Amino acid sequence: MANNQHAAPAPIGGSLVNVVTLSCAVLIALMVAVLAVRFLFGLGAVTGINDGYPWGIWVVVDVVIGSAFACGGFSVAMLVYIFNKGEYHPLVRPALLASLFGYTLAGAGVIFDLGRWWNVWNMFWPGSINLNSVMFEVAVCITLYIIVMWIEFSPTFLEQMGKHDARKKLNKAMFFIIALGTVLPMMHQSSLGTLLVVMGAQIHPLWQTPMLPLLYLLTAITMGYAVVLFESCLASSAYRRRIEMQMLTPMAKVMLGFLVVYLVVRIGDVLVRGALPKAFVPSVEALMFWLEMACFIAPLILIGAETNRRNPARLFLAGVLLMLGGALLRLNGFLIGYETNIDGAGGFTYFPTLAETLVTAGMFAIEVLGYIIITRRFPVLPREDVQAAH
Amino acid sequence: MSTRRDFLKGVLASGAAATAGVVAAPARARETKARPPEALGLLYDATLCVGCKACVAACKEANNNPPEFSTVDHLWDTPLDTSGYTFNIIKMYRNGTMDEKDQETNGYAFMKTSCMHCGDPSCVSACPVSAMTKDPVTGVVGYNPDKCIGCRYCVAACPFGIPKYQYDSPTGRIGKCELCRHRYKDGHYSACAEVCPTGATLYGKTSDLLIEAKRRIALKPGERAKFPRGKLGGPDQSYETPAGKYLQHVYGETEYGGTQVLKLSGVSFEKVGMPNLPPDAAAAMSETIQHNLYGNLIMPFAVLGAMTYVARRNVKPDDESSDKEEG
Repeated sequence: MANNQHAAPAPIGGSLVNVVTLSCAVLIALMVAVLAVRFLFGLGAVTGINDGYPWGIWVVVDVVIGSAFACGGFSVAMLVYIFNKGEYHPLVRPALLASLFGYTLAGAGVIFDLGRWWNVWNMFWPGSINLNSVMFEVAVCITLYIIVMWIEFSPTFLEQMGKHDARKKLNKAMFFIIALGTVLPMMHQSSLGTLLVVMGAQIHPLWQTPMLPLLYLLTAITMGYAVVLFESCLASSAYRRRIEMQMLTPMAKVMLGFLVVYLVVRIGDVLVRGALPKAFVPSVEALMFWLEMACFIAPLILIGAETNRRNPARLFLAGVLLMLGGALLRLNGFLIGYETNIDGAGGFTYFPTLAETLVTAGMFAIEVLGYIIITRRFPVLPREDVQAAH
Repeated sequence: MSTRRDFLKGVLASGAAATAGVVAAPARARETKARPPEALGLLYDATLCVGCKACVAACKEANNNPPEFSTVDHLWDTPLDTSGYTFNIIKMYRNGTMDEKDQETNGYAFMKTSCMHCGDPSCVSACPVSAMTKDPVTGVVGYNPDKCIGCRYCVAACPFGIPKYQYDSPTGRIGKCELCRHRYKDGHYSACAEVCPTGATLYGKTSDLLIEAKRRIALKPGERAKFPRGKLGGPDQSYETPAGKYLQHVYGETEYGGTQVLKLSGVSFEKVGMPNLPPDAAAAMSETIQHNLYGNLIMPFAVLGAMTYVARRNVKPDDESSDKEEG
């Protein structure tokens, strides 16, 4: 079908040593240093978290936002295999690669944040698990999804290693792996929102609603497409390749479809619960709410018209805005809109420390470095015949 | 044509799956859990409290916790709030000239901060590894460090800000009041109630404590009445004293479906740091959502089935194309 006309993926080639990869290496080294201190002296030695704000950026940015940024693979795979839009097939591998990194790191990043990490096996131990816990569901689903994604992506490695038999065998079962790869993210991306429900009134009414699972799922999907727009534009510019506008323009339309559904649910929910007046109380929360909403609404204006969707700069900007909007929804719910009821002297405040930020930066550096190494050495991006690779 | 049909199938399958999730939601609501009938707890009466903090010291000793300093000289234990090393504290409310005790304006008051042992605790619902559990008989919310992974979801979830983590340690634990359950076997009960000189903190069965609390708020302010000390139903240590000016509210009777620790106060509870909570526990809402979406994995398997069916039809072309490439 449509796939047959696409160029097969091929390694980009080229040097692995440049300013970007070296910067990544430095950031990763700094992260390792900070983590050494963290594991020797405890979370308090490097982070700004406290009992008023027990979850800092290692949870909210690295895991909650990081895993949503990693939804490109899920969003595109759903488009190609579930909605049978074969014309987007060349986007699957690069998107899946970014997702693979995002999720694997989010999974590993959890360990840095766990105060008693050596007990983590209890998460999978039948005698310990708590089926009522939203976090249990999130943890199990993310773990399974990481495994599923490595299997989904393994043909790339098998191709490179020349193991065609193994690849063929795997391909026979691939439809099931792909189905799993769409269901698992639906489950845990929605549950990441449900995590807030048990916190009750400690979450500001603009972000506390029984609709949280649906809101987080819909934005995970829009963020997935947004990340693909972002990555495609960035990869094209960095590797001096043509931008795949013939795929990105119609995909952006699909993204806007999900965005409209999200906005209807989001605004409807705020109205029905009567939380809207809170958005007009002069406060940091109200400001952040409008900033978040602006990030979701602006893309409709930017690329709402078909002609505007053919403009790469607008697509890129819309992608960035939707990534930011989804990130703000999560940041606002988990940190800005979180107010513990503890009424201590002066109360608690949280701002990430430099060391804490370096770990988050290091995590993103691993993702960028990994993406560069794999796209240059393994067949991920579609082969380009017209131009040289770089 | 077939592409379009498959696209529609995909839309239908995922649409049906999503609808199933939304429609099923109100079908099986998990009610807020009530206290177990034999639940144990405390009654804290702010009008009887003299702020001596004997309970704070006794709690430290009973739980083997180190002192925490907030003064320059580091002479004695002076924690400012509960922490990973302080499970019980007496806080003071001050207003204006602080003329009279238990008076909201120009007055002062005391309030005990420690675990409320909720009937439907958020921390127990949140904990992914059952390190935080509620005893089915006593209702005591206990902590097991050997299971705890240190994720601090309990810290974030608790509406009273009770479970606290030890951030200064590479092997930090969660610290919280467990109603001195480790002292029961020696015939002891909650150390804070044991040492309280005025009976402001009283230990007993929550059902009995609730009757006692209602008796007190029915008293006329200044009316002389008997007040038990230590353990309700234990040896008689009661004494006579004038009743305080109570708010007509037993805190913990209905909050989040009812807690096992009950509180009486003369100053509004919100002013002394006790949050205004609805009768439905957040854990009930969280588990209602969770079990409607994932109960017995019915929904996930239904969606997975639909996705597998659709993917099976749509993934084939990929196989064919790659076979062609190789051939």
